[in-house]
Amino acid sequence: MNINLTLIGQLIAFAIFVWFCMKFVWPPITGAMDARQKKIAEGLDAAGRAERDLRLAQEKATEMLRDTKKTALEILDKANKTASEIVEEAKHTARTEGERLIANAKTEIDLEVNRVKEDLRAQVSVLAVAGAEQILGSSVDASAHNQLVEQLAAQL
Amino acid sequence: MAQDSVGYIQHHLQNLTYGKLDGTWQFAETAQQASDMGFMAIHVDTMAMSLLMGFIFLFLFRRVAVKANEGVPTGLQNFVEVIVEFVQNMVRDTFYGRSALIAPLALTVFMWILLMNSLKWIPIDVIPTLAAAVGIEYFKYVPTADPNATFGISIGVFFLIVFYSIKIKGAGGYVKELSFTPFKHWSLIPFNLFLELLGLFTKPLSLALRLFGNMYAGEVVFILIALLPFYVQWALYGPWAIFHILVIPLQAFIFMVLTIVYLSSAHEESH
Repeated sequence: MNINLTLIGQLIAFAIFVWFCMKFVWPPITGAMDARQKKIAEGLDAAGRAERDLRLAQEKATEMLRDTKKTALEILDKANKTASEIVEEAKHTARTEGERLIANAKTEIDLEVNRVKEDLRAQVSVLAVAGAEQILGSSVDASAHNQLVEQLAAQL
Repeated sequence: MAQDSVGYIQHHLQNLTYGKLDGTWQFAETAQQASDMGFMAIHVDTMAMSLLMGFIFLFLFRRVAVKANEGVPTGLQNFVEVIVEFVQNMVRDTFYGRSALIAPLALTVFMWILLMNSLKWIPIDVIPTLAAAVGIEYFKYVPTADPNATFGISIGVFFLIVFYSIKIKGAGGYVKELSFTPFKHWSLIPFNLFLELLGLFTKPLSLALRLFGNMYAGEVVFILIALLPFYVQWALYGPWAIFHILVIPLQAFIFMVLTIVYLSSAHEESH
């Protein structure tokens, strides 16, 4: 337990160890640790930002989806309306056309009836004249009795 | 048997001393010769083991320092970073000045003392027996159980205390602080100086003696246990070695914390 030169030796060794540690050990290790800390902090920051961005994007997407659905519904609605309008119009057109056709046909029929009536009238007058000739036994001057015949025909 | 026991204990507590005896440099063959050498002697075992431990510390940490990067740390780097961070936090909590020296100093103190203390876990006869096998008479392999080692470190700390006190406060300021605390009156300067200088010199003394005392006492108990019959040794050796799991880091930790505290107060402006 003697105090001797060992003390000086230890002192020198201690000084050298501390110097070495200060120069070559401490700075690189703490430097790396600080750098890692910074990196982790940045990473967490970036993750937080990304999360926020994602949330915003999702919100935006939802909104867009909603808008799109709304638009789609509107378009569908419009299309349906247009379609029913077209159908209505077509029905209307068809009905008018049909009515027109019926009216035409009726007119034609009327005309035909009149024409047939005229024909019949003409023939009745001829028949009446012929009948009268036979009854009278002589000819009847058609032109002389034309007025009479025509009166007769008009009465039919 | 009693004489044998005393001899065994003394043998284990004797350093391998190389010094100047009767004008020639030689190894001391007896404890008497070693003490006759006086100051001009060196404890080869203490120096060798402490240097070895210092180199192991620096080697391990330097290896990590070279490869250190901000990526994911693995293995040894994890271990080293845990210790570095632990020391860093200690320094940050205790020391409010700015100094590039304090933290590496604290790390060196802690790791070096921890490694030197941890040599105590080696069963006490292993290394001396091996040394005896190659013809070395004495080998006390725990450097911190040698007051030279503990005083070497604490005197280094003492120099730093004085250096930083003068650097921060100026030589005049430091003298003034020593002269006027705790009593701010000129007539009490001698008394103040006596108190403050006593306090100043007590710091390295308490640092060194606390560590040395703990390690030396632990060593003596290990030696006493080794004197018991082999079939009861385990019952005492086991608990005592397990107890040292607490003692060894604790002493290193205390030394480190007090070093930081002392240097911290050296950095503070006069209160």
